[in-house]
Amino acid sequence: MSETLEKPAAPASGLNVVGTRPIRPDGADKVTGRAAYGADFNMPGQLVGKILRSPHAHARIVSIDTSKAKALPGVKAVITGADFPPFLADELIEGGEAASSMRDLAWNVMARAKVLYEGHAVAAVAAISNDIAEEALSRIVVKYETLPHVIDVEAAMAADAPLLHDHIFTAGVETKPDKPSNIAQRHRFARGDLAEGFAAADVIVEGRYTTKATHQGYIEPHACVCAWGEDGRCDVWASSQGAFMVRTYCAKVLGVEISDIRVTPAEIGGGFGGKTTVYLEPVALLLSRTSGFPVKMVMSREEVFRATGPTSGGVILVKLGAKSDGTIVAAEVELKYQAGAFPGSPVGPGAMTALACYDIPNFLITGWDVVTNTPKVAAYRAPGAPISAFGVESAVDELALKLGLDAIAIREKNAVKDGVKAAYGPTYRDIGYLETLAAIKDSDHWKTALKPGQGRGLAVGFWFNVGGESTAAVHLGEDGSAVVVTGSPDIGGSRASMAMMAAEILGLPVERVRPMVADTASIGYSMLTGGSRTTFATGMAVVQAAEKVVAELCARAAKLWDVPVTAVEWRNGQAVCLDAAKDAKPMSLATLAAQSARTGGPISAQVALNAQGAGPGFGVHLCDVEVDAETGAVSVVRYTAAQDVGRAIHPSYVEGQVQGGVAQGVGWALNEEYIFDANGKMENAGFLDYRMPVASDLPMIDAILVEVPNPRHPFGAKGVGEVPIVPPLAAVANAVRGAIGVRMPDLPLSPPKVLAAMDGKAG
Amino acid sequence: MAHVVVGSECWPFTGGASAFEVEGATVREVIASLDARFPGLGAFVDRKMAFAIDGEIHQDAWFSPVGADSEIYLIPKIGGG
Amino acid sequence: MSKTHVTTTVNGDPAEFLVSPRMTLLDALRDELGLTGAKEGCGSGDCGACSVVLDGRLVCSCLVLAAEAEGCRIETIEGMAQGGQLHPLQQKFLEHAALQCGFCTPGLLVASKALLDVNPDPTETEVRYWLAGNLCRCTGYDKIIRAVMDAAAELRQERTAA
Repeated sequence: MSETLEKPAAPASGLNVVGTRPIRPDGADKVTGRAAYGADFNMPGQLVGKILRSPHAHARIVSIDTSKAKALPGVKAVITGADFPPFLADELIEGGEAASSMRDLAWNVMARAKVLYEGHAVAAVAAISNDIAEEALSRIVVKYETLPHVIDVEAAMAADAPLLHDHIFTAGVETKPDKPSNIAQRHRFARGDLAEGFAAADVIVEGRYTTKATHQGYIEPHACVCAWGEDGRCDVWASSQGAFMVRTYCAKVLGVEISDIRVTPAEIGGGFGGKTTVYLEPVALLLSRTSGFPVKMVMSREEVFRATGPTSGGVILVKLGAKSDGTIVAAEVELKYQAGAFPGSPVGPGAMTALACYDIPNFLITGWDVVTNTPKVAAYRAPGAPISAFGVESAVDELALKLGLDAIAIREKNAVKDGVKAAYGPTYRDIGYLETLAAIKDSDHWKTALKPGQGRGLAVGFWFNVGGESTAAVHLGEDGSAVVVTGSPDIGGSRASMAMMAAEILGLPVERVRPMVADTASIGYSMLTGGSRTTFATGMAVVQAAEKVVAELCARAAKLWDVPVTAVEWRNGQAVCLDAAKDAKPMSLATLAAQSARTGGPISAQVALNAQGAGPGFGVHLCDVEVDAETGAVSVVRYTAAQDVGRAIHPSYVEGQVQGGVAQGVGWALNEEYIFDANGKMENAGFLDYRMPVASDLPMIDAILVEVPNPRHPFGAKGVGEVPIVPPLAAVANAVRGAIGVRMPDLPLSPPKVLAAMDGKAG
Repeated sequence: MAHVVVGSECWPFTGGASAFEVEGATVREVIASLDARFPGLGAFVDRKMAFAIDGEIHQDAWFSPVGADSEIYLIPKIGGG
Repeated sequence: MSKTHVTTTVNGDPAEFLVSPRMTLLDALRDELGLTGAKEGCGSGDCGACSVVLDGRLVCSCLVLAAEAEGCRIETIEGMAQGGQLHPLQQKFLEHAALQCGFCTPGLLVASKALLDVNPDPTETEVRYWLAGNLCRCTGYDKIIRAVMDAAAELRQERTAA
């Protein structure tokens, strides 16, 4: 079962709502099918939009003839890359690096001179029906000049590799290269003296580990309905992790004013980072402008796989040197990540997090960002970190085996704690890593012996979590109820947490607080929902807005009682008069709200902030597996995940984040991968062969929530959503090693590979 | 003076140097001081780097305070998924 | 291409609509009848987000041609709550926080009800294998299984009490 462990000094006393488990406020809509997701919305007169995609992994576009498509009755618009504003490679747009990534985004939304992956959008049509739209696509004639392609990251780094872009010169190296390459950037983090460190080591382990590209796997494909009015005003309904992000990206790609676009966030059927960018919206908007009608576009599952960002496949080289007592004295890590068609793999954060759980005096971490003829990678839950953690945690496992130390002992020996400098630079404060290790050590799982044939693996993980810009508004109704408005799309139940935090401050029962997610014209700017930021940053804005409302309520009471406002205190949803001489009975929020017109006007507050001081999170995972000797199939039979969550606002949804991250990590470890044929086409672009965990693949997942509060958040919350996906890859792989006695360094550990490893060992 | 440490991303501007004592009571002032010493570094840092001030991460925050003895690490800006 | 007229019963009420030959039952429910509770997650019968019950049998509506629904009885998520009251499965899903984004939830609820209609006392393993055709990417299934087992227990109690 899942449980919450509280640090004794945590300010838990006096909380009425935070920490409880109310029914989520949007629950009835979601269990009855009423909630409206991206594809559930329609605009009158809308057309169907569809995209023509490249069949080649790498090719020059010689010509596109859309005339036959345009001539088909029922077709109202046909567009290609030429219809979008040009972003030229050498054009300097304000924002520097940001501008070049806007160019890459625009070129990804629709190809210009080249197609860079199978599935790359080449043209689009809008028609009065599905069938006519598909017929129109088949009538577009594209002439390609195919080029050699490259998918494997090391092949793409080779000097003679097919070149994707002429304008990429490796950044981050001592001398700027004179020839372009596929290596966009080198990252480097270093400390101490590596050679000295290894020289002092009693034991050295070295390993080469690999992972394949995996997809976020959200069940809801991308969908939007867009309308470009004759007056230039645009309306977008989209399933996205960030309505403001959609607004900004559409504005930049299409060259329109931000104020001319309003984006309404639909309910979103999963994102995990994959919906932090745009694919369809700029296309649908342009089709709408061209046709004069709204356009609805919904991706098929196949399109989701062929044309939206997975995360990188990678190569991780790890060398660790340690004393015989287990102290790690030197570490060298090299990471090579696929970026897909345009630069921007998460190798930077992968490098920064690789050694984040360890206090090592000498290390060198190098990360390479490499373009490949695969879909441009998009963020995927703790981007980059699961990949580097897989390599490092497998290597630490090897080290522990060599030294005869148990998995927790070796990590305790080298653990980071408050006051220790993180591998990526700053000094840690208010972290709960040691407490989280202790939670696993004290767990029933750790103390339960394995059955014969089973293997056990442990791994740890880290993620920064971010803060950023959020706006929240709190309005009181005349009956003493409250509405909380934010701009943070609700992916995992965050509406509940917003209502709970507001209710706590206002002193209302949570059922009287109604949370809303508003469109971009109705609430101030908010950074997207991702980076484990919503409970922290949007929560902070909600709390401050509620506090302003409370201050205003006290001011109204002070007026009514004719006392200074310092003589009024807010307790449990009531204004209390501290001046005994007045003999005044407390006034409830409802009473004050009912009189608000006469005491000064509506009671309402908005707070817009840029939250700083987000606290990082640590996870420690323990996994038991059984391996079928005949088929090589790996079953996860027990899984316990402990995590430092700061404070669990709604423990059920925090547990849910942990369990969901674990499930994705298990899939990444055991079955999920992009499989390409010799022509660079994805062979398994569907859920049958891109095999994600199903209910029968997993046991119950025990989440242990360790609470070491982040003092920067009003309730001590830390981000929780991303950490849980970081440890499972190695936790599972280390367990398999325990079960079969063979280290398997290449993910996924699909049955044929496990069988071969077992047979290889026997034979 | 705050003690500022930069990583390899900044070396093209600093000629490979990593650690400096820098004037400034806010992030914005520190950026200006860095730019005065290494032209171009200011704009680069503003666009690409986050400030870890005494262990706390500040990103896009010009007016975050910097103490007289603060330890500042510049790390690449962090996103999420 | 002319369309075919289809007459069915949906959630106990008569329903009729026009379909083109390639249209799936899922498309017909969503686009012709406006019942958008069933979702398209894959279009190939692998994710279960489109689950409905057709003449008493659990099916992926994306694998049923709309024309095949002629004369059939269809039950969708929209028919699960009765008279403003949530079905115990729906209620337990909420109590156990067995949904995060909620996209797979309608399909899971329809599939879970189909299970409990034939097996009112399933083991955890039986629940997991029955629901193996319904993908969820958010929850890791833990709370879903607990919700289904809890709802099954409550329904058994109601039956004994009745």
